[in-house]
Amino acid sequence: MSPTLATSRTAQTARWTRKDLLDLRTLSAEEIHLILHTAESFREVSLRPIKKVPALRGKTVVNLFFEPSTRTRTSFELAAKRLSADIVNIATQQSSLSKGETVLDTVRNLEALKVDILVIRHAAAGVPHLVAKHAAASVINAGDGAHEHPTQALLDLFTIQEKKGRIEGLRVSIIGDIAHSRVARSNIWGLMKLGAQVTVCGPPTLIPPQIEQLGVRVTHQLDEAIRDADILMLLRIQHERQEAMLIPSLREYRLTYGLDRERMSRAKPDVLIMHPGPVNRGVELDSSVADGPYSVILDQVTNGLAVRMAALYLVTTWRNS
Amino acid sequence: MAEFREKAKVMDAEAIRRALTRIAHEILERNKGSAGLALVGIRTRGAILAQRLAKAIEAIDDHPVPVGVLDITLYRDDLSRIAPNPVVHATEIPFDVTELHIALVDDVLFTGRTIRAALNALTDLGRPKTIQLAVLVDRGHRELPIRADFVGKNIPTHLRERVEVRLAELDEKEEVVLEAPVDAEVR
Repeated sequence: MSPTLATSRTAQTARWTRKDLLDLRTLSAEEIHLILHTAESFREVSLRPIKKVPALRGKTVVNLFFEPSTRTRTSFELAAKRLSADIVNIATQQSSLSKGETVLDTVRNLEALKVDILVIRHAAAGVPHLVAKHAAASVINAGDGAHEHPTQALLDLFTIQEKKGRIEGLRVSIIGDIAHSRVARSNIWGLMKLGAQVTVCGPPTLIPPQIEQLGVRVTHQLDEAIRDADILMLLRIQHERQEAMLIPSLREYRLTYGLDRERMSRAKPDVLIMHPGPVNRGVELDSSVADGPYSVILDQVTNGLAVRMAALYLVTTWRNS
Repeated sequence: MAEFREKAKVMDAEAIRRALTRIAHEILERNKGSAGLALVGIRTRGAILAQRLAKAIEAIDDHPVPVGVLDITLYRDDLSRIAPNPVVHATEIPFDVTELHIALVDDVLFTGRTIRAALNALTDLGRPKTIQLAVLVDRGHRELPIRADFVGKNIPTHLRERVEVRLAELDEKEEVVLEAPVDAEVR
C-alpha cells in the first residue's frame, strides 16, 4: 500500500550522455538499466485517464521510415504524443526519396525545418549512424537492415525484467531467422550485457557463421533450445527466405522449428513466449501457443510504448549532461 | 559549482517532529477531520514527510489517510536548462484524486516552481476538491504567486544560500541546515 521510495542504485548514478540511441552494442549495462528504469516511470502515464505529460512540449519528432512499418511507427507516434511532442510521419512512398533525393539531403531539409528528433528505419544497416553523424538533431534507430533494432530489444528486456524480476542468470533461446534479424542482434547484445545466457536456434542456413564469437550457444535442435529455457523468443519467418531457397518450405520449417503445444509440453512450466510481431500463425508459432498463458506478446507491445517514451525523453535531455 | 559551508542549524530532530505534529493538527482543523482527505508528497523528501504526516494524523484522528507520491520531473519548466538531466521516477498515487481534499507536501518552499509543476501534475490526474500546501520550511524568494497553507518554519535566507533538509529515512541525520557559499563568506 505505501508507495516505494527506493529506486535502483544504477538509475540513481547513471546519466544519459548520448545525443542518439543507435544500437545496444555500444551501450553500457548502466545505460540500459537507466532506460529500463525511465520506462518503468513512464508506464504509469498510459494508465491515467489523461494519458499525457508535458515533458516534450514544443519539441518536434519526425518518423522517417524508409521501410514499411505499422507497429513500430505507431508506437513511436503514440509515445511522442503522450509526451506532448509534435510528430510528423514520413514514409518513403510519398516522399522525395522516390524522386531520387539522397537520405542526407532529406535529413538536411528536415533540419532546416528545425526538427529535434529523427526516428529512422532503413533497409540498409548503418543509415541511422550516418545520419546521426551529420545531423544536429537526435537520432533514434527504429531498425536498420539486419543490424540493430534497439527499442525492440529494450522492450524485450523490460518485459523479461517485469515478468521474471531479473535478467541476470536467465536462459534465453532465440529461435528462427537469426541471420536476417536485427531484433536478434540487438537482443543478443542487451541480454549478454545484463548477464543472461543466450542460445540461438534455427536451420544452419539462417544462423550466421561464427555467431558463437558473440558468446552465444548455437543449436539446430528445437527441443534442445526449449529445454531449460526461461524465455523462448520466436522470430518471424519471412516468405522471402523461402524464395531465396534458405528454407525448403514454410511447411517444412513449421515441422522442424514451429513451436506447438506438443513441443511446449517439454518446456519449463514457467517459460515465457515472446515474439516481436507480426506473428505468422501456424509457421513459427501455433495459435494455441501464441494465445496461451505463457505468451507475453501483447505485454511486449504495451511495454514498447513506455520504452519509446523513455528513449525520446532521454535523447531530448542529453545536452544537459 | 560553488562550495557550501554550514552557516546555521535551523531545526533539529525535535523541532522537525514538533513542526510536523502541529501541521498534522492544522490540516485536521482546516479540513474538519480526515474524511475525504489525502496526502501527496513530492519526491523525494516531500514523500517521506507526507508519510510521517499521515501517521501523525492517524494518531490524532484514528483514521488512515491515503498517501501518494508525485514525481514532477516531466512537468518542470527547466527541462532543457538544468544539468545534469534528471532521472524520471514513477508517480504512485493509488487513489482517485477527484473530489478529495489534497494536502500537497514538500520539504522546502522556494521559488514556487516545483509547486507550479506539482499543481499541473495533480490536476492532470483528476479534479481534487481542494489542494492545500504543507511545507517543512518556507525560505522566501517566490517567483510565482504561490503560498503555503501550512508551514513548519519560516527561514529568512539570502538568494545564494541553500537550505538542506536531512531526514533519517534517507540521510541518516535528521536536521534542517542553512548553508552559504564559501566564497561569499570570504568576501
